Amino acid sequence: MRDWLRIALTVGFGLTLAVITAGSQTRTFRAPRTPDGKPNFNGIWQALNEAYWDVEAHAAAPSPVLELGAAHAVAGGLSIIDGGTIPYKPQALAKKQENFANRLKLDPEIKCYLPGVPRANYMPYPFQIIQGPKHVMMVYTFAGAVRTIYMDDHKEAPADSWMGWSNGHWEGETLVVDTTGFNDQTWFDRAGNFHSEALHVVERFTAASPDHLLYEASIEDPNVFTRPWKISMPLYRRLDKNVQIMEFRCVEFVEELIYGNLRKKSSQ
Amino acid sequence: MSHRCLVAVSALVIAVASWRTMPVAGQTRSAGAGTTGTGAKAYTAPRTPDGQPDLQGFWSNTTFTPLERPKDVTKEFYTREELLEIVKKASAQEAEQTEPGTVADVHYDFTQFGLDKSQSAMAVNLRTSLIVDPPDGRLPPLSAEGQRRAADRVAARKARGGPHDAVQNEPLGARCILMDRNGPPMLGGAYNNTYQIMQTRDYVMILVEMLHDVRIIPLDGRPQLPANVRQWTGSSRGRWEGQTLVIETTNLTDKFAFLGSSENMRLTERFTRVAADTLRYQFTVEDPATWTRAWSAEVPWKTDTGPIFEHACHEGNYGLFNTLAGARAEEKRAAEEAAKKKSPR
Repeated sequence: MRDWLRIALTVGFGLTLAVITAGSQTRTFRAPRTPDGKPNFNGIWQALNEAYWDVEAHAAAPSPVLELGAAHAVAGGLSIIDGGTIPYKPQALAKKQENFANRLKLDPEIKCYLPGVPRANYMPYPFQIIQGPKHVMMVYTFAGAVRTIYMDDHKEAPADSWMGWSNGHWEGETLVVDTTGFNDQTWFDRAGNFHSEALHVVERFTAASPDHLLYEASIEDPNVFTRPWKISMPLYRRLDKNVQIMEFRCVEFVEELIYGNLRKKSSQ
Repeated sequence: MSHRCLVAVSALVIAVASWRTMPVAGQTRSAGAGTTGTGAKAYTAPRTPDGQPDLQGFWSNTTFTPLERPKDVTKEFYTREELLEIVKKASAQEAEQTEPGTVADVHYDFTQFGLDKSQSAMAVNLRTSLIVDPPDGRLPPLSAEGQRRAADRVAARKARGGPHDAVQNEPLGARCILMDRNGPPMLGGAYNNTYQIMQTRDYVMILVEMLHDVRIIPLDGRPQLPANVRQWTGSSRGRWEGQTLVIETTNLTDKFAFLGSSENMRLTERFTRVAADTLRYQFTVEDPATWTRAWSAEVPWKTDTGPIFEHACHEGNYGLFNTLAGARAEEKRAAEEAAKKKSPR
């Protein structure tokens, strides 16, 4: 009897150790649950990197607007891409460079246009996840952009749009979001990295601690890239007291830029 | 008007009734104040897993009922037959096909694209006005300050020049900044009066189809934003009072000026699910800088079907561009004609 007990205890202890070890090796974090038993991603999140300037590695650089001096200078940053660079087709690379050269005229962010995916997730503003069993909403500060992620009523994108059409499902601890139905108007950053309407993005959101998510996205667009490529970064929970998504109705800020040339000449 | 799809049709011209599906049971008006006059019985909303009354889903506040009671109407409620007549007439009117290629049809026909109110989910509302208080169903008189501010606004508008002189002179709706459906308070407009409500333990989210606008209302009792922080849609905080979600909004601007309201307007909205398919939306406006007394209105919201598609208004705002470009072209032509008259060659 005593031997049996010893063996049982030893095996039990060994198993416990094995689970702990395996757990720490794969860094699996079990997120708190929503009432329907899913990992609870409700909260206000924000990326903390320089990818909004350029998703590829880049050195600091002067602001493209002389008057803004150092206040709007490009912050240097490392690549968020697996392998470092975007696998452009040759012609597409030429277009990217043209975009960069003309970014003050062409960057949709400057015109307060909806930012698209994945760009919305690493702009320098917070976004909020509102999570329900049927819909997961991602509500962004910039331009008041919003995505509905359909968790059970999956369908093909009914039409092209700026933020795409997102179908989601859970894989254990991970929210997987499959998005298609994009137009070809959005960019990946302020450096002119772009895509066509054939863009297909699969994102994976995985809780890595109570206060950060691992964000990964695979990006596919046979018109523009030679192969699919992947980005990843942490998203951090905003813990500031009373933090909230503030109104950023930027249309008002860009009207003079967009329509100023149509002002009546005698008008002030 | 050449950009009619973008111009928020005045909320003063509206309200509620699903004439094809009007329930026979909705005739008695015994339910009294705080109802649509359809005799709804006491109803207890289902609860969310967090124990809150469940208001979630897609809703429509489309209505033919005007905000203010028409001057020739003296009663608070129509009979079912009277309402049916009104809705039939309004539906026929909006379905009138304009002649393709004519100025009136330069944009597109609402009926053809399923945008008519009679093609939308619409709750039955026997009320003759959305305003329930004052009891005459009309906006209270402007206060002295309200009159002065109204005069100032007219003068300021005049000083800014013609309506198409500059983009800033165009209405907010045409500029894709804010529409009546966004509010707050949220009132139905000509089309796309669709809303989605989601609830978590700590927040209520209201997605307004128009302008892909999201209101996220914290329920944790935090204070409003500091008084110096002003936003188009203000600062909103929510709480539950029994069956009812109460949202208080302050910190507004005088740029939105809901019916001429001031930046110090205080808005209280109340959402109560009064039937499986009906939400009662009530709001009270307190703004002594505009009106001599507080006033309240009530709009039934009807369950609608989703999904809500992206309304990228600003991104595709050809109407605004064409309006301004057209005005400049007109001026150029007029100037050329004037020059021709002066020095005929």
